[in-house]
Amino acid sequence: MKRFVVLAAVLFALVLPALSQDWIRTGTGVGGEKIRLAVADFKIPSAEADALDKTFNAVLFNDLHQAGIFDMVSKSFYPLAAIGAPADVRLDAWGAPPPNAAMLAFGNLAVRAGTLQVQGWLFDVKNAQNPQVLAKQYRESATDENARLIAHRFADEIIFRLGGGLSGIAETKIYFISSRTGHKEVWAMDYDGAGQHPVTRLGSISLGPRVSPDNSRVAFASFFKGGPNIAMWSLELGRLVQFPSFGGTTLSPAWSSDGTRIAFSSSRSGDPEIYVCDQNGNNLKRLTAYHGPDVSPVWNPKTNAQIAWVSGRTGLPQIYIMDSDGTNVQRVTDQGYAVSPSWSPNGQFLAFAWVRHYGPGAPGASDIYLMDVASRQWVQLTHDGGRNDFPSWSPDGRHIVYQSTRGGSEQIWSMLADGSQQTQLTFTGSNSQPNWSWK
Amino acid sequence: MKHRKMKWTLLVLSLAAIVVIGGCKKKQVPSAPPAAPPPPQPRATLSVSPESIDRGGTATLTWSTQDATSVTIDGIGSVQPNGSQQVSPSTSTTYHLTAQGPGGYVDATARLTVVPPPATPPQAAAPEESEDALFAQSVKDIYFDYDRYDLRPGDQATIDADAAFFKAHPSIRFTIEGHCDERGSTDYNLALGDNRANAARDALIKAGVAASQIKVISYGKEKPFCSESTESCWQQNRRDHFVYGQK
Repeated sequence: MKRFVVLAAVLFALVLPALSQDWIRTGTGVGGEKIRLAVADFKIPSAEADALDKTFNAVLFNDLHQAGIFDMVSKSFYPLAAIGAPADVRLDAWGAPPPNAAMLAFGNLAVRAGTLQVQGWLFDVKNAQNPQVLAKQYRESATDENARLIAHRFADEIIFRLGGGLSGIAETKIYFISSRTGHKEVWAMDYDGAGQHPVTRLGSISLGPRVSPDNSRVAFASFFKGGPNIAMWSLELGRLVQFPSFGGTTLSPAWSSDGTRIAFSSSRSGDPEIYVCDQNGNNLKRLTAYHGPDVSPVWNPKTNAQIAWVSGRTGLPQIYIMDSDGTNVQRVTDQGYAVSPSWSPNGQFLAFAWVRHYGPGAPGASDIYLMDVASRQWVQLTHDGGRNDFPSWSPDGRHIVYQSTRGGSEQIWSMLADGSQQTQLTFTGSNSQPNWSWK
Repeated sequence: MKHRKMKWTLLVLSLAAIVVIGGCKKKQVPSAPPAAPPPPQPRATLSVSPESIDRGGTATLTWSTQDATSVTIDGIGSVQPNGSQQVSPSTSTTYHLTAQGPGGYVDATARLTVVPPPATPPQAAAPEESEDALFAQSVKDIYFDYDRYDLRPGDQATIDADAAFFKAHPSIRFTIEGHCDERGSTDYNLALGDNRANAARDALIKAGVAASQIKVISYGKEKPFCSESTESCWQQNRRDHFVYGQK
């Protein structure tokens, strides 16, 4: 017995310092130390490709900076001699201070007969014998959009190679709601805010878009047939496709990560409850049975065996989790106003919006928080004022996109999952409810 | 003898272990200074007498608080910790008091109903009046407390009057729109608005209105009546709005 007590005491002493460590860092800072990376401007043989080269260089540098896993060497530290091919590279100049780079990306870009050709390399600067890590060639028709696309692809190659095997997100999209046309419609943009364009033109109120895991459809809630119901938009056909109308107030559809099932909230029984159905609307099954709002379900994308959602069964809304058959219900927040859960791709964390001390005169705004699902420990990610809501994880689990009113109007922002590198993505009209694509 | 020696060794070893572990633990967890007792949570009450006045009449608002350093009433401003004041609003008003102290905050509300002067009975004035004009004159919206979807006790009279109208006009079809104020999430407010609309629907059916007359729809915070970020505006938006017809 005594031995058991001693053992427990030793274990406790060992666990204490581990608990006090920065556990968010261990979740997102894969690979430990940030790699010091230099990205030389790509060389052009003639001035005609100048505009495309500017776009390409800016996008490539920004992608690698936004990835969150590199210590980017400031361009003012670079050696002056332009490099376009491996023969131009002087490793000693790049590897010594001031650049002191560990890795160097470089290449050349040319337009020949309307075709944009890009060659890119990644060199390990400290490995003089065999420096080449990556060599890539790309060809697309010569448009500004394709210069961006190639930059995204090359950035993702570098991130995949140096970022612990996780794919980059430079080619991912963000779906969101914008009222720029006078109606709340579903819009889409690149992950960095480029190429913002409307997806739907229903002239109604559309809310909460969620793209399918195969990027073929967007499910959302819309008032276009009266009360809010789930609408299904085919990105391939560019129009609405058949999805059953469940009646009542039906909203917040969420895809399972295998794309086979959808969870949502519906008041078809007279009270908003959580339901699941197949991706075509068949096999409807109700999971909750308490009076009061039950809304905003999301699947644990790692297992699809659990669902997190928001319930007002005890008063102010709180985050709950349950098994995806409706059993094993647990409440994970204990105070305030907690809404809009988003489950991280690795299944470990819940991001959500929380007004921790809620009530008239109480301090605190709606901010984005992160909770470790196993330990229920949480950290606050936004602190900069305004109402912050609707977090959504990037597929690599390193980024979160969300909406914020900190700038005066409702706009979309992104950040690293530790709360750093907050970046505003939209600037026109009112924009809300972002959803990051799965790949 | 041998056993005894082992016993001793064991005892000494475990004592040493306890001392060592105890020492370690002390280093890990320095004893906290004795915590001061938490400041008491402030308390507040707010009442209005009488609870219902005719338009132009006055009522007395009375409040008392304990353990509060700052007390405010929306629309009146900062006030003494205890006191009373004459009020004479032109429309029904919910007074909202917030008391803040070192131990936190607390709030209290009191509702004063203002009865408008009796209008000429609509049926008598215009017997040929259309159903929708009659509807607009007779049916009153009902309002909700923050984040609540249960009917306030004071609204039962409104529900009864609305129910009487709907029962007297069984051919009328109507829609109950559930609305919420701008605070909180879009999705949660849509669900809350649905609960609000259905609370009125259930009360009307209980009062004898045919279910086939009623349709419910929730707009959450998508179609506010008032767009300022003030309590009086939020109160306007936390409502069930009755609309003639069914879209």
